[in-house]
Amino acid sequence: MSDSEKAIKDATTGEYKYGFVTDVESDKAPKGLTEDTIRLISSKKNEPEWLLEFRLKAFKLWKEMPLPTWAHIHYPEINFQEIVYYSAPKPKKVLNSLDEVDPEVLKTFNKLGIPLEEQKLLSGVAVDIVMDSVSVKTTYKEKLMELGIIFGSFSDAVQHHPELVKKYLGSVVPMTDNYYAALNSAVFTDGSFCYIPKGVRCPMELSTYFRINEANTGQFERTLIVAEDSSYVSYLEGCTAPQRDENQLHAAVVELIALDNAEIKYSTVQNWYPGDSKGRGGIYNFVTKRGICAGVNSKISWTQVETGSAITWKYPSCILKGDNSVGEFYSVAVTNNFQQADTGTKMIHIGKNTKSTIISKGISAGKSNNSYRGLVKINKGAEKARNFSQCDSLLLGDKCGAHTYPYIECNNKSAKIEHEATTSKIGEDQLFYCNQRGIKTEKAISLIVNGFCKNVMDNLPMEFAVEAKKLLEISLEGSVG
Amino acid sequence: MLKIKGLKASINGKAILKGLNLEVKPGEVHAIMGPNGSGKSTLASVLAGKEEYEVTGGSVTFRGKDLLDLSPEARAGEGLFMAFQYPVEIPGVSNINFIKTAVNEVREYNKMPPLETKEFMKLLKDKQALVELDGKLANRSLNEGFSGGEKKRNEIFQMAMLNPVLGILDETDSGLDIDALRIVANGVNQLKNKNNAFVVITHYQRLLDYIVPDFVHVLYDGKIVKTGDKKLALELEKKGYDWITKELV
Repeated sequence: MSDSEKAIKDATTGEYKYGFVTDVESDKAPKGLTEDTIRLISSKKNEPEWLLEFRLKAFKLWKEMPLPTWAHIHYPEINFQEIVYYSAPKPKKVLNSLDEVDPEVLKTFNKLGIPLEEQKLLSGVAVDIVMDSVSVKTTYKEKLMELGIIFGSFSDAVQHHPELVKKYLGSVVPMTDNYYAALNSAVFTDGSFCYIPKGVRCPMELSTYFRINEANTGQFERTLIVAEDSSYVSYLEGCTAPQRDENQLHAAVVELIALDNAEIKYSTVQNWYPGDSKGRGGIYNFVTKRGICAGVNSKISWTQVETGSAITWKYPSCILKGDNSVGEFYSVAVTNNFQQADTGTKMIHIGKNTKSTIISKGISAGKSNNSYRGLVKINKGAEKARNFSQCDSLLLGDKCGAHTYPYIECNNKSAKIEHEATTSKIGEDQLFYCNQRGIKTEKAISLIVNGFCKNVMDNLPMEFAVEAKKLLEISLEGSVG
Repeated sequence: MLKIKGLKASINGKAILKGLNLEVKPGEVHAIMGPNGSGKSTLASVLAGKEEYEVTGGSVTFRGKDLLDLSPEARAGEGLFMAFQYPVEIPGVSNINFIKTAVNEVREYNKMPPLETKEFMKLLKDKQALVELDGKLANRSLNEGFSGGEKKRNEIFQMAMLNPVLGILDETDSGLDIDALRIVANGVNQLKNKNNAFVVITHYQRLLDYIVPDFVHVLYDGKIVKTGDKKLALELEKKGYDWITKELV
């Protein structure tokens, strides 16, 4: 084995450091999915009748839908009756202060590097935390309330702002959209809800941490963000899960709505457990994320750093309906060992002078497969729409794969669409050059990979960028020699 | 400081170096010349530790250590620097970030603390001036979109930053116009002192007008077949290599 092969190997066999399990009692629904399960979830959450109806309708549709098979991913059939659809850390009661949160749960979040207390007070990030199926704690709620910003768990929003939830739920991702969106619509348990009123610039980053803890539990969260006219919000999402030999399912739906002159910036650092070096275990991540620039001059920007999950199936998209609206997608997807990622975006141009930018960076190591799949669609009425796409792939070693599937549908002659794509391998020459300057191979790879991702990382909020950079290093640890 | 004895090396089973001897002492400048395919670049690559080359015989000691036993980065740490004939590009990694990483890695190897930003910036400014490197290049991606001359100047700039004990210039003069050549040579001349040494590999005598060698060696078919002073280079320029090969027969 050559040195560089060894370094690739070393960099790709790094351990997952969030693989611990929290010993906390939980209130669980029995395994399996029937109408009764859905009624149970709905009654546990004390939901209004219309929401139960919504769920049951989605369940009916889901049962009729075929499993999607078009993605470049391979996995054994999922037995949806073997999954637990509701699990809440006990004791489940209304939490008034942090002191009432189960200390084991708090310990978990400390281990994850999410101290709920002082550090967040200092850094000024409002955090909502979702463990398995329920939201555990939201910080800063009151302070945000003063500005009229609603930020908290989805369940809370259903109780306190049902009119908003009813108005927007399913308005961007209808339950008929796809198989996993339908499943989510039937069984979603919690998630985050965020509403920014007219003219308000949210003064802090809003952040949600998702954590799957229980074995055999699926996590189905629902996130809804509404930005009223001339408002702004930056939202961060982080995800981790324990190390388990079985695969676990995560099927979330995220909907963003930006009205006139509003801007939503949505950043994700996804680090679900990717499975071990032999390909055992790991999270199946089937997520539907979509935003609509409903108003004129509105803007939605997705930034994602995807390092985890055994399978990632995810296409954060923008519907550019308002004239002059802007959609952006910046993505770094790292796959290692036996991970499979099929990710990308859809930019649907409907309004005039709409603009979209896609920058996708795929890094494959080990025996993994990394695919970019993107659609740029220009509708008839989208006069002078503009798109720029750049998809770059970097290969570490010779057992991994990178694939690019760009789709373009253009129905307006005044549109301008640009697409650039490159595939490169970290060359022996680059590594040797770095070595000759005294730089060790591991460090050289980290340097080259970070350089490769630079124009995506630059779009992450500062503190997230630091975390993402570290994550890149951990994910590729042991992958190069 | 560098002692090469009977060095044999091959690539893909093909023997290139066939028993090469060379000794370099502190304060010396050695020029290595020779026709295409004689093994000049192979010698540089073997000394720097490039993996594709297999050493099949002989020994190399550098500052008392077995050089062939060290990894490429350890050789750099010991003070060996090679200016590449074809410097690589690394997109997204700024020139300044790259050289800072290199400087601090070499310092770490020598158990020295990393340079303070202020000291680093001062060093950077001084050395940029030395090779007349445009300050704007510092923030550009490493060698990306650099002209041929800028790339070579950047090599000498990096050499100045790392301040090696032994600098090997692998055909640094190829593709340079006369001004760039003068700047590169000037950089080397200023770095030269009684404690370091340079091995300059070149095709042409013209570089040696600027960097005056103490020794000129002719490499032919994997061996050094003739050694002289700077006059030998002039003779080669005039007569070509044929007379030497004829002499050998």
